[in-house]
Amino acid sequence: MTIFMPCLVALWISVPNFNYSNVEIINDAVLADGEAEAVQEVRKKLPFWPDWLPNKLINLGLDLRGGAQVLVEVILEDSYSENITGYWGDLRKILRSQRENIGSFRRTGQFGENLTLEFESFEKASQAEKLLTLKIYPVSDLSILKPEYIEVLRSGKRLTIELSNLQKESINKLTMEKSLEIIRRRVDEAGTREPSIQRQGDSRILVQVPGMGSAEELLQLIGKTARLTFHKVSGQKTTSEHQLDSDQIILPDEGGNNYFILEQVPVVSGESLTNAQPSFDQNNRPAVSFQFNPTAGRKFGDYTKSNIGEPFAIVLDGVVISAPVIQSHIPGGTGIITGSFSVDESNRLAILLRAGALPAGIRVLEQRTVGPELGADSIQSGKVAAIVGGVFVLLFMIFIYRTFGLFANLALMINMVLIIAVLTTIGATLTLPGIAGIVLTIGMAVDANVIIFERIKEEIKRKKNTFDAVKNGYEMALSSIIDANVTTFIAAVVLFCFGSGPIKGFSITLGVGILTSVFTAIYVTRLFILMYLNWFKPKTFLV
Amino acid sequence: MQDRNYDFFKYRKVTSGLSIALVVISALFFGVLGLNYGIDFKGGSMIMIKDDKTAVIGEYRELLNSMNLGDFNITEVFDPAKSLGASSEKTFLIRIEQSQGDQAAQSEVISDVRELINKKFSKALFLQADSVGAKVSGELVQKGIISIVLAVCAVLIYVWLRFEWQFAIGAIAALIHDVLITIGVFSVLRLEFNLAIIAALLTIIGYSLNDTVVVFDRVRENLKKNSKSLLEIVLNNSVNETLSRTIRTSVTTLLALIALFVFGGDVLRGFVSALIIGVVVGSYSSVFIASRILLILGVKRDWNNVGSKAGTQFSNIDA
Repeated sequence: MTIFMPCLVALWISVPNFNYSNVEIINDAVLADGEAEAVQEVRKKLPFWPDWLPNKLINLGLDLRGGAQVLVEVILEDSYSENITGYWGDLRKILRSQRENIGSFRRTGQFGENLTLEFESFEKASQAEKLLTLKIYPVSDLSILKPEYIEVLRSGKRLTIELSNLQKESINKLTMEKSLEIIRRRVDEAGTREPSIQRQGDSRILVQVPGMGSAEELLQLIGKTARLTFHKVSGQKTTSEHQLDSDQIILPDEGGNNYFILEQVPVVSGESLTNAQPSFDQNNRPAVSFQFNPTAGRKFGDYTKSNIGEPFAIVLDGVVISAPVIQSHIPGGTGIITGSFSVDESNRLAILLRAGALPAGIRVLEQRTVGPELGADSIQSGKVAAIVGGVFVLLFMIFIYRTFGLFANLALMINMVLIIAVLTTIGATLTLPGIAGIVLTIGMAVDANVIIFERIKEEIKRKKNTFDAVKNGYEMALSSIIDANVTTFIAAVVLFCFGSGPIKGFSITLGVGILTSVFTAIYVTRLFILMYLNWFKPKTFLV
Repeated sequence: MQDRNYDFFKYRKVTSGLSIALVVISALFFGVLGLNYGIDFKGGSMIMIKDDKTAVIGEYRELLNSMNLGDFNITEVFDPAKSLGASSEKTFLIRIEQSQGDQAAQSEVISDVRELINKKFSKALFLQADSVGAKVSGELVQKGIISIVLAVCAVLIYVWLRFEWQFAIGAIAALIHDVLITIGVFSVLRLEFNLAIIAALLTIIGYSLNDTVVVFDRVRENLKKNSKSLLEIVLNNSVNETLSRTIRTSVTTLLALIALFVFGGDVLRGFVSALIIGVVVGSYSSVFIASRILLILGVKRDWNNVGSKAGTQFSNIDA
């Protein structure tokens, strides 16, 4: 009886999977709104599935459900330059306070991953280097720069300042956490079901969204940095080549034909937005309306008040998407962005602005789309293959071993139920290769029984009585069975550790299948055989 | 059922020669022709499209030609299940090569192709569209090789612990034989070699060992029983005694695999082909190769220090 208990439990657990689509609809209804009445409605419409039956289902992988997957790499270096730029103010203050020793200096080149300063002479530069490397400068509570954050390198009369490795690491950590959060928010905002967003390694993020039409669609959501800034416009040109002041930048418009010279420091930026919604402008063109938080709202209001008649640039990810002339004072911190959007684009931009900007750019390393048709096809073909394969194996076993084959077949079916139950319980994801793993297990599961039956046969040839033959057969076969299955299990474990996605699914079903098939072969069939011998007392068997 | 007693070593020159020849040919093909790597390992894009029966592959090719995609090819997917049932659909597979030095995935290429094909062929349905950047594909190659080496080492250690080093060598020889020949077949037939095939190779390693270990287990048992007989005879008897099991298990596994090959759909076909080859070669090698290596290496004959009572050898671990 102790053998049958786990089998019955397994049957209980696996039972909802045989009515997958209906149970899923009910589960979705329960998730959508927990109200009992609404759920009852859904239940009524569907074929019999009472609520006292279990409702936990196997997760279907992306390849079976259809959906999109992308693997992206966060360009961590992006946030280095932002940090260095942020330190520049403090750095300048510190160096200026020691002007009598180090003289005057100037920043050369643009802000990047590092910052280069040029001093009057070699001596002055080494004085400054000493000051910065010995970390003896005063740090006020207000400054964001701490001595341990930076690394100073000198060549000639130039100092190059970059982030220390320690600081890079902590920035990396922050950048990854923030990126994960923003991506999660954006995917959630888009209203997709059960997305999975995982960090992989130091700088990668794997995003899987079942039911999404294509990876390109997903990338439109997560691929954009969506950094929105509002700048004062200093000039407009038709080429990008222009002499700039050190606090100016030049950016193209959407068509790439016009260039705007802007003040580098934005008046306000997208971080201060509290809300963004798709809407339409006066001319009924798609637009995005937004709302600033009080501080930024006041800043924006003051700026518009004192710059009436001046152009004002709205910049998204390094492109000027619109540069309206300020018509009047805009109080209350609300505004509208018009550009050449389609309705879809304005919807998407609103989502991106609400979710916030990514702290760094991302690079797409891998993208995969499985259409829902292929997913459904795959489930169907997997089912057919499993049934056909199963029937072949069942017939073959009966043909070879007659009565004992029947026992092996019963054990095989119990084995299937066990596999499904284990997969459901551990929350494993079933993929198409996973189904292949189950079908392969059907073929290999009978192996243990074949080994045992062949042994029993040999024992009978030695003129043992039936009970002894069965007993010896099992004992002698055990060593082979264990050895044989451990080797396959090792391969499954290696697959699990190194495989990704679908391959992992295969290794799980293969591994689980090995464990359950050993259990059923050794215990379940033995029980059947002993019961058969007890009740029917056959003189001979296994022709 | 009468006792079988085939002499498996009678034609050892033929069988060993055949195996060596096959392994050498496989290695040569692999070396000269290489493998038809899929986008997992080479980078690039793969798009699978379903269209109805009237679709003409030439029209697709023409359209793609006009797009300036660089190196690409388009093929029609063969599906035995569909050709049996006079299918009303055709499936096309488009592969686009990664441009040199491009590390990222070709997102734009895929969206361009999607847009254009949807415009021109109204019935076309995108089943699958994958793109893998060179950076990731390089890592996947590395991971694949590491996983195979690791699996081989792990089972080598296991067999060595449970048996003797000669057995481990025999098992590994059989296993390398199986894996190499499978790779050889993939090279000759230009079948796509992708991540799933690595999984298949690892399964073949597991299966090949499974087969070999059952034979070895019997060898060990018989060596204990008949410490006086010639090694050749003991080995031959062991192979004979386990022969029906070897065949029957292969048959059931093959039945399941053939069902998968025919009905399992396009996505699984390469994977299942590899497994079918591996199971056939694996059964052959456990009969002809593994025991042959044991015969060449010779085995420890003095097993008397371990319990001689049948049925308890499970607990003996010969480290």
